Order: sequence, then structure tokens, then C-alpha cells
Amino acid sequence: MTVIATTKDVENLTVTLVAEFDATPDRVWDVWEDPRKLERWWGPPTFPATFTRHDFVVGGESRYFMTGPAGETPRGWWRIDAIEKPRRLDFANGLAGDDGEPAPGVEPMAGYVTFEATDRGTRMTAVTRFIDTAQMKAMLDMGMQEGMTQAIGQIDALLTPASV
Amino acid sequence: MPNFGSITWLCHVQFGRVTCAQWPTPLIYNHMVVDISLSEDEIDRIFGALADSTRRDILGHAIRHEQSVSALACQYAMSFAAVQKHVAVLERATLVTKERRGREQIVHANRATLGKAGTLLDAYEQLWIQRAKRIADILANPKGE
Repeated sequence: MTVIATTKDVENLTVTLVAEFDATPDRVWDVWEDPRKLERWWGPPTFPATFTRHDFVVGGESRYFMTGPAGETPRGWWRIDAIEKPRRLDFANGLAGDDGEPAPGVEPMAGYVTFEATDRGTRMTAVTRFIDTAQMKAMLDMGMQEGMTQAIGQIDALLTPASV
Repeated sequence: MPNFGSITWLCHVQFGRVTCAQWPTPLIYNHMVVDISLSEDEIDRIFGALADSTRRDILGHAIRHEQSVSALACQYAMSFAAVQKHVAVLERATLVTKERRGREQIVHANRATLGKAGTLLDAYEQLWIQRAKRIADILANPKGE
């Protein structure tokens, strides 16, 4: 796998990731569609996600929670806005309350994912767009939590190059 | 260059777009560690301060050169008092510091906070880089051990 580029655009409030995988678009699509595969990568190793619902059709919704090291379970949801298997996926991703349902007052962020066949396999472009700075901040608070956990999880994997 | 991340991000603020982060880089990794020391209140203040385009612009000026409040005020179609208020918001967010020099108040950018704010955005970016890495692992090992 190669991460080709990540781009942050503060004017348009987007974060874009472009990655290439040595697998066909169908197989890359499958890690989004199959909830058991999805939950193996959506959350960091120390904050694994559990999808209790994953209705992967246009207009369908998902519910998930993450389990943190102290037993905390932040909850989130998806709504699928567009699907063109295995080329394109648009979805909304928001914060949920303790009941698992969308939290009022916090707009979801938008995810736009495309999958292109290449000589080597698949190029996946994932764009996350925030609506405004306030929402970005709210989502970053959650992202922060995930990011911090990753940082801890990465210590083992990356200690060698990071510490010299 | 411990401030590299913050400088990159400030280019976004001033000009609107684009940076690339290579992974893995020890530099970003080290920033992740620093970043944990921000409290929720600090995060609120920093993003609240950066939500306003005039304040981002003032911050951009202060990063390029230290500026007196009156020199800053000359550059905006608003009163000295209004500019002073914007500077105060930036100051509360610890994005700038003010220093009295004779009759002037000089505004300096606070690089330590800028580094932390840049890292907040980086954290989200890193989240996706790590997700891509895990997807690659799943594709290499579809059954999951």
C-alpha cells in the first residue's frame, strides 16, 4: 500500500487522502461494504469500531460505536448518499448520542470516496468535507481522540525510525 | 526543525490550500505526542479564534513580522478598537502574545500554540493514513487472524 498524498484545504474545509492498494476495486470496495471487514479498519487498534447496523444501499444508515481502553464507547452513524459499486461512495458521518441515534445540533461531515482501477490495483481517494469551522472543531474533538489513540498504537510500529 | 508542521499549516491559512504529508515521518509522529497536552478549552479557544477571517489575516501578518496594533489597524477598514478586540481574542487563544514597547503594543505570533493547532488538523489526516494502512493489511490477510 502506498499513501500517495494527503491534502488539507482550509478554504474548502476538506481533508483528502489518496492511497493505492495492490487489489482490485471489487476487493477494496468489499472492506467498506462488509461490516466485519469495515470494523477491522475504521477504528484504531486500541479503539475498535463495532457496527451494529450497516445498510449499504443509497439512503441506508449505519450505527457504530467504538470501544476505548477505559471502556468508553463513543457512538457514530453513517447515511449512504450515493453508491456506484465499485467506483464511488458518498456518505455522511455524524456523532451519535448515548442511545446510538444521531446527536442533535451537530451536522455530519461528508465523505466522498472514489475507487479507480490502475495497473497495480486500485487508487482510492477519500475526501472528507466539513460544513463549517464549528463543525470541523466538533468532529476534530472526536478525531483527536482517535488520533491520539493511534499515536499511542503507533509507538510499537514506528519506534525505530521515530526515536533515532 | 520542530516547527515545520505549524509553518506548513499556516501557509494554508494564508493562501487557502494544499500541503502534502509523507508517512511515516518521525516529525509528524513527534508532533502527535506534543499535541496531547491541549485541553478541550484550549482547543475551543484556538478554533474559535481561527474561525474569523480577519483574525486569520492578523495572525498571518504577525507570523511574517511582529506588528504593532496600530500598524495592524491601518490595514483594515475597521476601528483601532475593533482590531484590538481581534488581537485580544488571538491572545486569549495564546496564538499571539503582546508586548509593550514605549507607546506601542507589539504583537508576536506564538509558535508553540501554532504548532499545536497545526497538529490538530494533522491528527485528522493521520486518522485516514492509518485507516488506509489497515485496509491494506485486510487486503493482504482477508480472513483476519
